[in-house]
Amino acid sequence: MDSEDEFNSSQVSEDEFMMDADSDAEDDYGVDHDDVGFESQHTDIKPAKHAYEVDFKVCSPEDIEAQQARQVADTSSLLEQPPEATAILFRHFRWNKERLIDKYMDNRDAVLEAAGLSEEAASSPPRIEKVPGFVCDICCDEDPEETFAMKCGHRFCVDCYKQYLRTKIKDEGEAARIRCPGDGCNKIVDSKSLNLLITGDLKERYDELLTRTYVDDKENLKWCPAPECVYAIDCKVRDKELMRVVPTVHCDCGHDFCFGCTLDDHQPAPCALVKKWLKKCADDSETANWISAHTKECPKCHSTIEKNGGCNHMTCRKCRHEFCWMCMGIWSEHGTSWYNCNRYEEKSGHEARDAQAKSRQALERYLHYYQRYANHEQSAKLDKDIYLKTEKKMQQLQNTTGMSWIEVQFLDSASQALQQCRRTLKWTYAFAYYLARNNLTQIFEDNQKDLEMAVENLSEMFEKPVDQLQGLKVEMMDKTAYCTKRRIILLDDTAVNLREGMLDLDVIHEREC
Amino acid sequence: MSTGAKKRILREYAECQNDPLPGVKINFDEQNMTKWEILMDGPDQSVYAGGHYKLEINFPNEYPFKPPVVSFKTKIYHPNVSNDDKGSMCLGLLRPEEWKPPNKVISVLHLIRNLLIEPNPDDAIELSIANDYKTNRAEFDKTAKDWVKRYAK
Repeated sequence: MDSEDEFNSSQVSEDEFMMDADSDAEDDYGVDHDDVGFESQHTDIKPAKHAYEVDFKVCSPEDIEAQQARQVADTSSLLEQPPEATAILFRHFRWNKERLIDKYMDNRDAVLEAAGLSEEAASSPPRIEKVPGFVCDICCDEDPEETFAMKCGHRFCVDCYKQYLRTKIKDEGEAARIRCPGDGCNKIVDSKSLNLLITGDLKERYDELLTRTYVDDKENLKWCPAPECVYAIDCKVRDKELMRVVPTVHCDCGHDFCFGCTLDDHQPAPCALVKKWLKKCADDSETANWISAHTKECPKCHSTIEKNGGCNHMTCRKCRHEFCWMCMGIWSEHGTSWYNCNRYEEKSGHEARDAQAKSRQALERYLHYYQRYANHEQSAKLDKDIYLKTEKKMQQLQNTTGMSWIEVQFLDSASQALQQCRRTLKWTYAFAYYLARNNLTQIFEDNQKDLEMAVENLSEMFEKPVDQLQGLKVEMMDKTAYCTKRRIILLDDTAVNLREGMLDLDVIHEREC
Repeated sequence: MSTGAKKRILREYAECQNDPLPGVKINFDEQNMTKWEILMDGPDQSVYAGGHYKLEINFPNEYPFKPPVVSFKTKIYHPNVSNDDKGSMCLGLLRPEEWKPPNKVISVLHLIRNLLIEPNPDDAIELSIANDYKTNRAEFDKTAKDWVKRYAK
């Protein structure tokens, strides 16, 4: 479904022509052919955007540079400054155009001074000079041939200055905000001075870092976190909206991630919830599991107690309460049947068990959601394993029966849909854990149940013997489409309710458990 | 390490000898000049009075463009010294982003001595000790003095 959407939106007439030619050549795949023909009639209609989708744009390194150049060019004439100086001003104001123009119009000289661009600096550009009798405070060399200082007057020999810049740029990755090496001096080394002192690969690295700071400074830009990916994403969603919107974006490198926190896609759960849930799971899940399996609480003071011997006669270390491990009743009531508890109906034991059950509810509740969350994570991995095995066998089938590559692609889309749906399902459980009950939670849970059933049905089909898969093609494609549809319904519904503030997520106050 | 850096370390050692800090002794080995052994007495006006502390200052290869690394070899109860076998310190000009190449070891020694007189609990490496220092000074003083007797005599 998703891939078809993209296909639609990017389609131009030339593609359409190509597609027609393709489908003519592969006439025997009736279903595919019809689908394509149907879709291509609607090329001019952009698919309606779903409520859970946000607008974004993928930017290449070239786009980013062009963007910077365009902003500089636009503002340059307004400020009556050459582009080079405008770029310095922009970096000084962290690419905040409004603030730059505001401050500049307010007090031009102060702004120029602060950015190292004052008239004085312009009339006497930075230069390397020899100063007789000078001793460099870094290397202690007397009378070096070349020395350098910015307007602040902190003078060092050129070798030391260069080494300082190299350390900052290469080792610490700084660029736009390198300070003067002088003790306690906060003056930023401006790009004119830098150009005088650094060359070659260091200069290249510096320029690269400057581009990076542009993306880092702009609130609407973020790097794709995938390894080796060079793209950045442009998205308008702001930090303060993140409780209401979950901005999943798709990078051109194929990575789906959340623009808010740059973690992997976690729809429908908002970033704050995800952060809290992950922390809770890291802290608690193993401990909680263990506590649930191996301990009980003292019926009197509710301290958690681990049974460390075979005897059922327990004495709480904390409150000295004596009770029976089996029935949780008061030990003194056991009379002569010590060490052999069979008194299930006693009143005190009954009450104690009730109280115990209640206090364990919070823990059990957490484990309920955690286990389902973890299960989908695990199943997604298993689904993938099975798919990879199947794919291998399908290749063998292709070789022996002469089936074409395109014919086995339905397995690929089914597998991808499964991965995507399980990821969504996984997060619905974290979501549900924090969701306060109201009349909408039932709908959420129904949606969750429907998606889960659709996913398990499709997942099951992957376990069928390979020779049957070809015969199940149509059914499998139907189930894939149904899964995707259920996922969209769930995400859409949740996104709308979240945006309208209809769902109450308890992520500010931690539940005790 | 470059000859320039060696030259500078030698010069810094001479500076420290010319202007010695009270209660601070430097063991300098010309064969291995990137590792200084420091013997520092607990300042009289501090809770560490009477204690003798062994410290190490290690100069990285990039010195003076990267800061020297300081570690306490004698155990000390102090918010700014890690309470482990490393005894490391990481604050003020010892932090890479604060350090400037013209800064000198002598300033580092001054910083350490001043921190013994007045710890900086707001930039602590040991949060529980810092908390003790801020909220329960009597208890802090007692433990610190106790540690002087146990480890620093």
